[in-house]
Amino acid sequence: MEIEKFAEKLKEALELENAGVLTSTTRFRELEDWSSLSVMSLIVLFDEEWGKEIGDKDIKDCQTIGDLYNLLNAK
Amino acid sequence: MALLRFKEVGITAMAGAVPKTVIDNYNYTQYFPKDQVKEVVDKIGIYERRFADKSTCSSDLCYAAAERLFQDNGIEREEVDLVVFISQTPDYRMPATSIVLQDRLRLSKSCIAFDISLGCSGFCYGLAVVYGMMQSGYLRKALILDGETRSKVYSPKDRKSAFIFGDGGIAALIEKNEKFGESTFSLNSDGSLADLIMIKGGGYRHPSSVETLKEKVVDEYGNIRNDEQGYMKGGDVFNFVIREIPKDIKKVLEYTNLSMSAFDYIVFHQANNFINSYIAKKMKLDFNKIPSTIHKFGNTSSVSVPLTIVSELREKLNGNKLLLLSAFGVGMTWATAVVPFYDCKISDIVEV
Repeated sequence: MEIEKFAEKLKEALELENAGVLTSTTRFRELEDWSSLSVMSLIVLFDEEWGKEIGDKDIKDCQTIGDLYNLLNAK
Repeated sequence: MALLRFKEVGITAMAGAVPKTVIDNYNYTQYFPKDQVKEVVDKIGIYERRFADKSTCSSDLCYAAAERLFQDNGIEREEVDLVVFISQTPDYRMPATSIVLQDRLRLSKSCIAFDISLGCSGFCYGLAVVYGMMQSGYLRKALILDGETRSKVYSPKDRKSAFIFGDGGIAALIEKNEKFGESTFSLNSDGSLADLIMIKGGGYRHPSSVETLKEKVVDEYGNIRNDEQGYMKGGDVFNFVIREIPKDIKKVLEYTNLSMSAFDYIVFHQANNFINSYIAKKMKLDFNKIPSTIHKFGNTSSVSVPLTIVSELREKLNGNKLLLLSAFGVGMTWATAVVPFYDCKISDIVEV
C-alpha cells in the first residue's frame, strides 16, 4: 500500500478532518484533532484493516505519519 | 493448559448493592474543560457511575448485598460453610476482609473464610475456586462476596482513568444441585504485563512515604497523580485484550464443543464501551445476547460481570440457562467461563 492511501485511511479512522493533506513528514501529535483518545482508534485501525497488533510503546516511538507507515510495514 | 471442569454445582441466588451517589460523567468537570470531558465520555460510553462515600468500603456494599440475599431467599446462616471475598480494595491490609464479614454476617465459626486479591477477572477465578471446594462434597452452602471501591483508587486529575471506574458489591450463593450441568473455566495469567495496570506505592516494594504521596505530572498530556493512585496504559491494555480474549473464548468453545449459539447470554467484563463493542464486533457476536451496564455503573473491576448479571438478567435466568463469562484485566489475568444457571433468584439492587 502506498503511503498516500495509508494517510487517507488514517485521516478517516481518526477523524482528522481539519488536518489538510497528510504527508510522511506530518507530525500527527500536533494536529488539531489528535488527542490521547486517538490511540484507541489507531489500534483498532491497525487490527481491523490490516490484522496488525500495536500498543502504547509502538505509538510512542512514532512522531510522523511516515513513522506510523513504517510501523505498519515492520509489524 | 489450565482448563477446569465441574458439575452439579452452580449459583442459585444473587444480590447486588451500589452506592446511592450517582456521578454524572458529563458534569465531572472539576479538573478538565467540559468539551474535553464530553469527548472522553462519548468515546468510552460511560455516562454514570456510583461513588461510595468516605466511610463506605467494598465490604459494606457486599454486606448490604448479602443481607438482602439472606432475607429474600430465607437462607439459614449456619448452613454457609464457605465465604470468599474478592477485592483489591479491602478494609485492612490485615486481617482478610472475609473474616471480618464472617462475624458481621453472623456466620458460623466453622465457616471457611479467605480473600482473593484479583482485579477484573476475579469473579471467574472465585467461581472456579468455590466450585472446586463445593465439589469436595463436604460443604453445604458457599457465599461469594465481590466488592470494589475503585473510585478511591484513581486520580481525578488523570484523564486516562478519571472517567472510567465506579463502585459496587455483590453476593452470590453457590449450592450443589444435580440440575446444574458442567461448568468449564479457562484461567490465565501473564506477569510480564504486570506494569500495564498498577498501583505502585503503598505495598512493601515501595512503602507508603512522603514521596509516594507526592502528586506529579506523569505524561505529555499533563495528567497528574501520585504513586499510591492507580495508573493504566490504556493502549497496551486494549492491544492485549483484542489479542488474547477472542483466542481464549475460541479455545474454550473448542474444548467444550459448543458454538456461540449455545449460550443464552454472554457477559463481558465491563471495561469501557469502546473496548467491549469492538470485541463483540470483531468476534461477530449477537449484541442482543450481551447485557451491558457500562453506561450506568462504569468499570467496577471484578464486580462488573456479576453486577451486570444482577442488574440486567433479573427474571431472565428461570429454567436452564447457559452463560459465557469473559473477563480480563490487572495482572494481566484473563478468564473465560461456561456457567450453567438453573432458576437463579436475583434480588433488586440495594442502594447504600
